[in-house]
Amino acid sequence: MAEREHIIEVKDLVKKFGSFTANDRLTFHVERGEIFGFLGANGAGKTTAMRILCGLSYPTSGEIRVAGHDVYREREKIKKKIGYMSQKFSLYEDLTVSENIRLYAGIYGLGRKQIASREEQLLERLGLIHIRSRLIGQIPLGWKQKLAFSVAIFHQPAVVFLDEPTGGVDPITRRQFWEMIHDATEEGITVFVTTHYMDEAEYCDRVSIMVDGRIDALDTPAALKQQFDSKNMNEVFLKLARS
Amino acid sequence: MSLIIDHIEKSYDAVKALKKVNFEVNDGELFGLIGPDGAGKTTLFRIMASLVIPDAGHCLIQGHNVVKDYREVRKIIGYMPGRFSLYMDLSVEENLAFYAQVFGTTVDENYDLIRDVYEQIAPFKKRLAGKLSGGMKQKLALSCALIHRPEVLILDEPTTGVDAVSRMEFWDMLRKIQKEGITIVVSTPYMDEAELCDRVGLIQKGSLLEITDPSKPYDKDETQLFSLKSKRGVYTYLERVRRLEECRHAWLFGDQLHVTLRSERDAIQIKSILDSWDDSTLEWTKITPTIEDRFMGLIEREAEKSHNNGETI
Repeated sequence: MAEREHIIEVKDLVKKFGSFTANDRLTFHVERGEIFGFLGANGAGKTTAMRILCGLSYPTSGEIRVAGHDVYREREKIKKKIGYMSQKFSLYEDLTVSENIRLYAGIYGLGRKQIASREEQLLERLGLIHIRSRLIGQIPLGWKQKLAFSVAIFHQPAVVFLDEPTGGVDPITRRQFWEMIHDATEEGITVFVTTHYMDEAEYCDRVSIMVDGRIDALDTPAALKQQFDSKNMNEVFLKLARS
Repeated sequence: MSLIIDHIEKSYDAVKALKKVNFEVNDGELFGLIGPDGAGKTTLFRIMASLVIPDAGHCLIQGHNVVKDYREVRKIIGYMPGRFSLYMDLSVEENLAFYAQVFGTTVDENYDLIRDVYEQIAPFKKRLAGKLSGGMKQKLALSCALIHRPEVLILDEPTTGVDAVSRMEFWDMLRKIQKEGITIVVSTPYMDEAELCDRVGLIQKGSLLEITDPSKPYDKDETQLFSLKSKRGVYTYLERVRRLEECRHAWLFGDQLHVTLRSERDAIQIKSILDSWDDSTLEWTKITPTIEDRFMGLIEREAEKSHNNGETI
């Protein structure tokens, strides 16, 4: 396979809070169009690193570029080129399905006509046309999460960051969600995702595992399983995070 | 019987949160209630904890009715709500002392019960609860729920959002507590935790779909469940498998596809189709359904039922 473009490039990323080192010389890259799993125990430093990559916080040191832009000087450019979704917050409960789509599209600077046509396409694809005027607070969680993901990639970002996107949904909805993730990569969108479901780590092209602020392992799920002599990613994770 | 849930119903306005839920939990059992957010788990647990009154049905804990005898019930249960229940502006040891005192006991009296859990956070006992990490808060909350040595421990999603390692540690602790003769009722959205319970109830949209013992072989296995593996990755095969006439359902499952066929005869048919796909690394194996497969099968059946009734969301 030809070397693909590095959509995220991280070299020696360090982030300190006082005397505490949250991110300890992280070095990795993410290729365009891949699904990159960013795993780690609670408190390992995932959120800190993710906030830096999203342009929400400055690193202490290191060279980091996201979608071709520098995280020190070009944070606003980065923000325009990325999408973000988390389980905790994604859509406004007191706005309708349609209003949420238009609000986010507007924030990302899409034109009125563009928004209207893409909104139709999106609602049709998700089968949500009949509930477009319903408040988000009134639709089932599974639909909310699928819609939140669609909204996060509505402006066709270079990278979408997904922070535990599938927490709390039923096992079928969770799998439908991952199929949507795969579809997005086929449109050239890069996916950077965190999860506590270890079976989901298997769906990633490559996985990194953080322990105490460092990346202790990074490879394809198949190679990691071989390297750690494990039958699944759960075992790999337990071996690394427990040691 | 430590817990009897007898035709419990509860609605919030037009939303039926619980639809005639029925089950019993034996003395000393570790019973899991598994289901997604919005299934009704928290409502049911609040009813058990005497904090919500059901619209219909009865709930008995150690023979006490949670509505009429709520004072008795509250003495004998330990309840750990899903959202963090501690006083953030009290220290670790103050929280523990507070809960002990409320229940008319002392930390020393039952310390042996919480020792294993509490000693992991004891080095931080002067720290405010609000300043603890998620995993430490969880351990303190468990210590506080146990400090009066309850007969029944009710844990509402204690491991949600917790990483795989801490989850395993938490379940180790639960099994030790169970050995002390305490009945445990615990809810979780993680299917892998179901395998760690003595019995589990699968709940979806307010209905209890099934109760099962994860260690026993599935006696209702009329499904034809197969796994498909390939060194080339399985995602590329997902749509291809679904388009086959013989395929009822196909889903990603870790590094495999799990495929349910329409009938037993199809198994032979499909093998020859796969052979023609020109991938020598394809592995096609008949498998026993996991709890997750079973839950997915139940959800599919429910979805087909409501589809046939013309229901939409």
